[in-house]
Amino acid sequence: MHAWINRQSLLVDYTLSALARHAGRNLAILAVYSCLVFVLASTMLFSDALRRESRALLSHSPDVLIQKLSAGRHAFLTAADVERIGPLRGVSRIEGRRWGYFYDPAVRANYTLMAVASDPPARGSIRVGEGVARLSGLAKGNALALRSPEGPLHVFTIEGVFREESSLVSTDLVLMHPEDWIEFFQVASDLCTDAAVTVVNPAEVRNVARKVAERLPGSRVVLKEEILRTYDSLFDWREGLLLALASLLAASFAVLAWNKASGLAADERREIGILKAIGWDTRDVLTMKLWEGALVSGCAFGTGLLAAWIHVFHFRAPLVAPVLAGWSVLYPRFDLTPSLDPWMLLTLSFLTIFPYTLATLVPAWKAAITDPDAVMRGSE
Amino acid sequence: MNSFIELEAIRKVFHEGEHNEFTALRDVSLSFSRGSLTVLSGPSGSGKTSLLTVLGCLSRPTEGRVKVEGELVSNLPEPLLAVVRRRTFGFVFQQFQLIPGLSALTNVVLPAYPTGKPHRVIVDRGLALLSHLSLGRLAHERVERLSGGEQQRVAIARALINDPPVILADEPTANLDSALSSAFLQTARELRDEGRTVILSSHDPRICDAPEIDRRIRLLDGRITP
Amino acid sequence: MILDKSVLALLLASGAGAAGTLAAAPHALAVLRRWDLSSGSASQLRLERMSTLVSTGMALLLLVQAPALLLFVAAADGMASHFVGAMCAIGSLKVNPFGFPALITQIAAFFGTLIWLVLNAVDGGCRDYPLTRAKHGVLVALIPLMAASFGLEIAYFSGLDASVITSCCGSLFSSDSSKVANDLASLPVRMAIPIYFVVLATAAAVAAVTAWRGRGGIWLGLAGVVAFPVGLAGIVSFLSLYVYEDPLHHCPFCFLKPEYGYRGYAFYGILFVATAAAVSAAALGLLSPRENASRDLQERVPRATRTLGLVALAGYLSTVAVSGWQVLASGLKLLGDA
Ligand SMILES: Nc1ncnc2c1ncn2[C@@H]1O[C@H](COP(=O)(O)OP(=O)(O)OP(=O)(O)O)[C@@H](O)[C@H]1O
Ligand SMILES: [Mg+2]
Repeated sequence: MHAWINRQSLLVDYTLSALARHAGRNLAILAVYSCLVFVLASTMLFSDALRRESRALLSHSPDVLIQKLSAGRHAFLTAADVERIGPLRGVSRIEGRRWGYFYDPAVRANYTLMAVASDPPARGSIRVGEGVARLSGLAKGNALALRSPEGPLHVFTIEGVFREESSLVSTDLVLMHPEDWIEFFQVASDLCTDAAVTVVNPAEVRNVARKVAERLPGSRVVLKEEILRTYDSLFDWREGLLLALASLLAASFAVLAWNKASGLAADERREIGILKAIGWDTRDVLTMKLWEGALVSGCAFGTGLLAAWIHVFHFRAPLVAPVLAGWSVLYPRFDLTPSLDPWMLLTLSFLTIFPYTLATLVPAWKAAITDPDAVMRGSE
Repeated sequence: MNSFIELEAIRKVFHEGEHNEFTALRDVSLSFSRGSLTVLSGPSGSGKTSLLTVLGCLSRPTEGRVKVEGELVSNLPEPLLAVVRRRTFGFVFQQFQLIPGLSALTNVVLPAYPTGKPHRVIVDRGLALLSHLSLGRLAHERVERLSGGEQQRVAIARALINDPPVILADEPTANLDSALSSAFLQTARELRDEGRTVILSSHDPRICDAPEIDRRIRLLDGRITP
Repeated sequence: MILDKSVLALLLASGAGAAGTLAAAPHALAVLRRWDLSSGSASQLRLERMSTLVSTGMALLLLVQAPALLLFVAAADGMASHFVGAMCAIGSLKVNPFGFPALITQIAAFFGTLIWLVLNAVDGGCRDYPLTRAKHGVLVALIPLMAASFGLEIAYFSGLDASVITSCCGSLFSSDSSKVANDLASLPVRMAIPIYFVVLATAAAVAAVTAWRGRGGIWLGLAGVVAFPVGLAGIVSFLSLYVYEDPLHHCPFCFLKPEYGYRGYAFYGILFVATAAAVSAAALGLLSPRENASRDLQERVPRATRTLGLVALAGYLSTVAVSGWQVLASGLKLLGDA
């Protein structure tokens, strides 16, 4: 075992010096390799992040959402409507929600103003998402003045700033007392924006939705699992499409790697001949070559992944986002929450390191079976 | 029974069965004992190098048998053959065949890498060998910056790193002037006196006719001539 | 068809595996027919050189099959959100009839490849290639398995239709289903628990003896072949209940989810590794030549058997420990304290 470790470390040692001696040649392949990892990793990191954001966003949304439609457009739901849905088997709670969008010209941003029913802020106070706090430059205890769409100016005291796991959720949210909300938007007190239904047994969701639709014709019933499914398949499909294209890239890269590896330069060939003549056997040379591949792979994988991370989470993926345009339309602006999924790493290595290693194997073997007596003759 | 290496009826054919088939060795039988200094001589193309490669297990004979310490090695599978080669033979090649870009020391220790000995042990032995050949201060110099004679001594140190009982040298003095040639001969005699079997090939009369040589073998057209 | 990143990776891994084994077939057959180490002839020399390539290539292709199995399960689990009615991997696997066969051949391929890798490692450690013939025989046997695994994966992934309403663990183990799964689920816990622990403890004991003696891999293999289904049955019949703390939820897949701290991967991981070690030890015992074995082989086989025995021992012991802990620490009490 000791001997094995010694041998491997000596072989790695030699490999490193060989890589350094042929740096120019290796840098080219390393650059292409890193680029490939970068493109694949950017795509995966970006779509993973979007998937997570959408899930986080939806985790706050109810199992079933009821919206009223009037002339095909979203309209207010009345208290009577909510009552009409009434007691339904399997439903633990129906709650009318009040929320609306508000454009603040002072910071040129849209806020989502929402009334909270349980544990609301005191009247005249609000809780704001950290995005709002950042945009308006205000902190806890400061006052935020908003001119209501109906005219009068309302001044709220910021009672607290909250942040959520997903910035999508928290960025633009302003929570206020229901009475304040009604006053601000000048909406009749028996109207609400939509109704949220909580269902006890997930398996019952579809039944509940059907019954709601029957009792409240002209309403739109949205299921959380339905949205999740749509988002997921949309994301997966687009990501897959991009990756499939990128896999073509990977394939051509493998061909390139094969070519580069089989076109061993004369000096490299001579080196291997010498090693064989002075006592290395085929397996030693092959192991050395595999180490070479592993080092190149590790280097390219690390570089590409790091660059992709910075690209996606610091610069918001300018290089892949346009290709995946559908997503940026869904969410106009937000920060992605950095995270790294082990399955993604595994998948990424399957799509990059695995083909590279396969492509360089046969050339490495061809080099390794050089006849040891080649060095004795024809060496000029 | 005190012969260390035995060759029995060796035939070596290149490109067997092709239009350019060439028989480089015919019916060569030889044996070498420990602690001897032998020179293979003969005109160019007579088969000296071919004989050394077969002898040193760098290539297999087309026919015939090679035995090392009584053990038949000519049909061993490659990994086993490599082990025999590593343990038994040290090679000094005609153009030295050092790897450029590496230091003298690294070149010297390379044959020991597959043995799995600790790095420290290998390096210490390499340094000892180099300073024994008065190259201690050049150990960390890149080999291509060394002179011809120094390069040859690096090659000798490399041949000795695994402490092999047999040293094979192909035309060791072809690139050296007469002072360096006699220095080499001196080293070869020391190795023989340590109990090693030293086999040189040469058509250099300074070597072939030197008094230190125990045995002279002449090759002509792949045959041993008296 | 679902074009997911893990689907691409899986198809690549199993496609390369199938293509690679198939490409190696002519060489493997030549080895089985003509391998003669003592000959030193040119054709034998060519075989030896080719063997180095094939062994290294296969080691590479087969080494990825284990992570590929993990990825397959994780992908099936992750895809559950695409299908109405699917809550975990069972739901996605049941979307079309190829899901479960694909999983089962993958598991078989996992064990087959590990056997091959163990033989290869021992063979490569000996300088006279004593197991080359055996290893190439196993390789030939792997060809149809790898091909089937690839074919089933293609069939499964291309037949994934998001509009299919599938059923999940709830129905697979419900009382009106007449599957084996249901029989297992309805096995009384009072009976299942003792059988499970006795069998696994016995397997651990056999592994200990094997590790101690460095021989008798065949017995360890037998123990492994019995312990594996018992271990899986234990998960379905009672461990799942303790994990979910729900007397009716028998799903063997749900606990792979993050909600349960990926506990399932640990459970299956140790059981699979132990089983793989056990069957590899048996293969090593069965396939290594007993007469005029070389010195290398006489030294390597016991050493490898000992290591495999230790791995199996560790695997079975931790299976017993982890499942025992699960039963004791769970909030669910099925056995009563009477
Ligand atoms: N690989 C080969 N293929 C074909 N012919 C070869 C090969 N190697 C050697 N020969 C031939 O075998 C003959 C003997 O060659 P060898 O190198 O053994 O001679 P030598 O005595 O060492 O000659 P020199 O003094 O020029 O080094 C030569 O005619 C050479 O052309
Ligand atoms: Mg010559």
